[in-house]
Amino acid sequence: MADTAATANTEIPVVPVDDGASDGVRRRDFINIAALSTAGVGGAAVLLPLISQMAPSKDVLAESTTEVDVSAIETGSAIKAVFRKQPLFIRRLTPEEMAAADAVPTDSLRDAESLEDRTKEGHRDVLVTMGVCTHLGCVPLGAAEGEVKGEFGGYFCPCHGSHYDTAGRIRKGPAPTNLVVPEYAFTSDTTITVG
Amino acid sequence: MSFPWARQYEPKTGLTKFLDEKLPLPRFVYNAVGAGYPVPRNLNYMWNFGVLAGFFLVFQIVTGVVLAMHYAANAEVAFATTEHIMRDVNWGWLMRYAHANGASFFFIVVYIHIFRGFFYSSYKAPREMIWLLGVVIFLLMMATAFMGYVLPWGQMSFWGAKVITGLFGAIPLVGEPIQIWLLGGYAPDNAALNRFFSLHFLLPFVILGVVILHIWALHIPGSSNPTGVEVKQESDTVPFHPYYTAKDGFGLGIALLALFIMVFFLPNALGHADNYIEANPLSTPAHIVPEWYFYPFYAILRAFTMDFILPAKLWGVLAMFSAILMWFFLPWLDRSPVRSGHYRPLFRKFFWFGLIPTMAALFYLGGAPAEEPYVMLSQIFTAYYFLHFLVIIPIVSQIERPEPLPYSITEAVLGSDKKAVLGENTEPAV
Amino acid sequence: MIRIIAILVGLGFAAVALISFGFGAYTAATEEVAPHLPYEEPMDIDYSFDGPLGTWDIAQLQRGYKVYKEVCSACHGLKFVAMRNLSDLGYSEAQVKAEAATWQVPGIDPNTGEATMRPGVPTDYFPSPYPNAVAAAAANNNAIPPDLSLMTKARNNGTNYVASLLVGYQEPSAEFLAEFPEAAPGPGLYHNVYFPNRNLAMAPPLMNAGQVTYDDGTEATLPQMSQDVAAFLTWTAEPTLVKRKQTGWPVLIFLLFATVLAYLSKNQIWSALKPKQHRD
Repeated sequence: MADTAATANTEIPVVPVDDGASDGVRRRDFINIAALSTAGVGGAAVLLPLISQMAPSKDVLAESTTEVDVSAIETGSAIKAVFRKQPLFIRRLTPEEMAAADAVPTDSLRDAESLEDRTKEGHRDVLVTMGVCTHLGCVPLGAAEGEVKGEFGGYFCPCHGSHYDTAGRIRKGPAPTNLVVPEYAFTSDTTITVG
Repeated sequence: MSFPWARQYEPKTGLTKFLDEKLPLPRFVYNAVGAGYPVPRNLNYMWNFGVLAGFFLVFQIVTGVVLAMHYAANAEVAFATTEHIMRDVNWGWLMRYAHANGASFFFIVVYIHIFRGFFYSSYKAPREMIWLLGVVIFLLMMATAFMGYVLPWGQMSFWGAKVITGLFGAIPLVGEPIQIWLLGGYAPDNAALNRFFSLHFLLPFVILGVVILHIWALHIPGSSNPTGVEVKQESDTVPFHPYYTAKDGFGLGIALLALFIMVFFLPNALGHADNYIEANPLSTPAHIVPEWYFYPFYAILRAFTMDFILPAKLWGVLAMFSAILMWFFLPWLDRSPVRSGHYRPLFRKFFWFGLIPTMAALFYLGGAPAEEPYVMLSQIFTAYYFLHFLVIIPIVSQIERPEPLPYSITEAVLGSDKKAVLGENTEPAV
Repeated sequence: MIRIIAILVGLGFAAVALISFGFGAYTAATEEVAPHLPYEEPMDIDYSFDGPLGTWDIAQLQRGYKVYKEVCSACHGLKFVAMRNLSDLGYSEAQVKAEAATWQVPGIDPNTGEATMRPGVPTDYFPSPYPNAVAAAAANNNAIPPDLSLMTKARNNGTNYVASLLVGYQEPSAEFLAEFPEAAPGPGLYHNVYFPNRNLAMAPPLMNAGQVTYDDGTEATLPQMSQDVAAFLTWTAEPTLVKRKQTGWPVLIFLLFATVLAYLSKNQIWSALKPKQHRD
């Protein structure tokens, strides 16, 4: 800013060149710098509402927990619920399916998790997963009656051929990880709260 | 063009040199609103309002684009999505109140800008094109604001849309088909709401384009000034930056203070309570009025209550549109060689004691109920409004004896212009 | 030429406007215009949320909610307010959930798909008492009870208007009726001094003190109940009102600071031009 003031003085003929004390110049610079910085701070503060308005609104956030009654699911079948506008699979496993899941050595899996890791204590037979393939987000088949369950008897994603086993773990195909188990809890023996 | 003493842009760093060669945007900005634009040194605060108008245009576009991310233009849900913005969207209430009050401030600023132009005759040669483009901007603004007010789909939105499109029904023969075509139906509904939303989103960018032409046209003769005496020499001007950027920064601070006092503490003061009632095609509000910035023209519309050769409704519509369209002819109606009202004694009297009270009255009367004495008052002031622009200005400009002008801006500012006395510049004043 | 045309056009418009004026003046002078039916301006009541520093009185909002629930909700909906919003009124998550369950909202039978009623959950919006406008009109002598979500913003001076209207029912005096015969209550209408045409289709909703039993022990007088529910409806109309005012102060203080700096900076820059200007 010092040279702005100086050039302004030299180039405007009717303006006297101010050879004032150097500390005066510094004080003036300070005002200009302070004014510009304040404007900058104000401009940055404006970004806060402009950016955060695109984040989920209150009504969307309020929908972020879902309650599901799991008592009506028959052994060996699954239901689809909706959690945060995405499909949620809830499956009641048969003893055979649980045994099949247990039979696989955890170490041999791409994403090492046991059935215990993926279910709640005392509710080993209730498998709650997102119905979203971890590859690119398609909805796998296998939850509804008569759908292809894939080579491992769990879920099969038709988009790029990912096979999930009875514990929803990735066994074959491009998906990198197991079907996500969302945060949930049993609020009673028959009801889970997801989210 | 510019004055020969305008500073030249000199890129210093590698990047600015590169840019200057490939796309001289920095040079363009430097010459438009930087140190490369010499501006009369005597501009008063009335000259802040052009930059402020530009600021509010951008402000409206930014807040408007944000609101459009959450709004749905469907008669079933438009009102509900507006409430969704107010209640659930993060900072949505701030965005909407800022946009609604921002529109009012845009008009306040533009009205001051226009009336500054009237007083200082900024429309006169060589600045006719700037003026014509300015009137175009004002018309586009009015269309944009009208359509924006329809979007929340409250009672005033709906009935405003119905009444204003009904104006086209006054046109003989083709009026009614035009009205139905404009609405895409027999009354405002989804079709109208959707096209209004589309156009409300489009027109601001058209305005932005015309604003660029307006500024371009301004840079050809350069800015006018309160003396109305053209720039003659370097000492008459200062570079836009830093002198007027600093002054405009201060003006912007004041404008923002005023705006945000309204937004945070009186957000609905300039609106109408009825617009918080969802649109109901079966029930008309007791007192339909447009937004305050249309009041003068609404008062003119309602002033014509008599069938006289033409139907009263047509007279009202003609008068309302003529009230603005006649501004296009102003540069050729006012033939006084002197620009500034400061040196025009008669013109000045008509401005302060005729036009300004008339506008104030029309602003008040446009919002008043359609009953006596308001209607009679609007008739008198409407008559004066037309007489002022179409009769008084041409006649005054012919018979008036202007007061002596300063030789130059420098002389007006400094009391004497020694250079002029020394005869360096011997052009006669105006 | 253009000026001659302009003068003619200007004189034309002015003449037509003045002809309209002349006839208007003639009519005004010869015809008696019936005076407006007068009505009272709303009472000026102090609320905690008034003024630039106002905040909610949570206890009052809770009382007002109770009045709404026990009285108003029989006929008036609150469709833009969700049960989850009750957390603003100082209720915990569990309380909101329990409170939501006390409302019956329209739902779908999961087995048959038929329309049914179910207890509300926090994400539900307050139910409207009538399934549609026709039903609302049919049940109310053709006067549809308006949704109250935005009522205090949809009337001028809305909070005071609502509080005043609720206590404004009274029989018109004989002198008043003699002067304004049109103010006589029509069938199914009730005289209210704050209502613009003084004839309101809503029967007095608050009849006697103690109609609502407040949990906090506040005495439920008529003015108390009407003001509490007006405060509650101010909250429903703009839940962000207090946040708005509280956001305003820092923004304005910052802008004031920035504007003062801009002023000083402008003066500093212009000072180069101000002192004795001539070098010669």
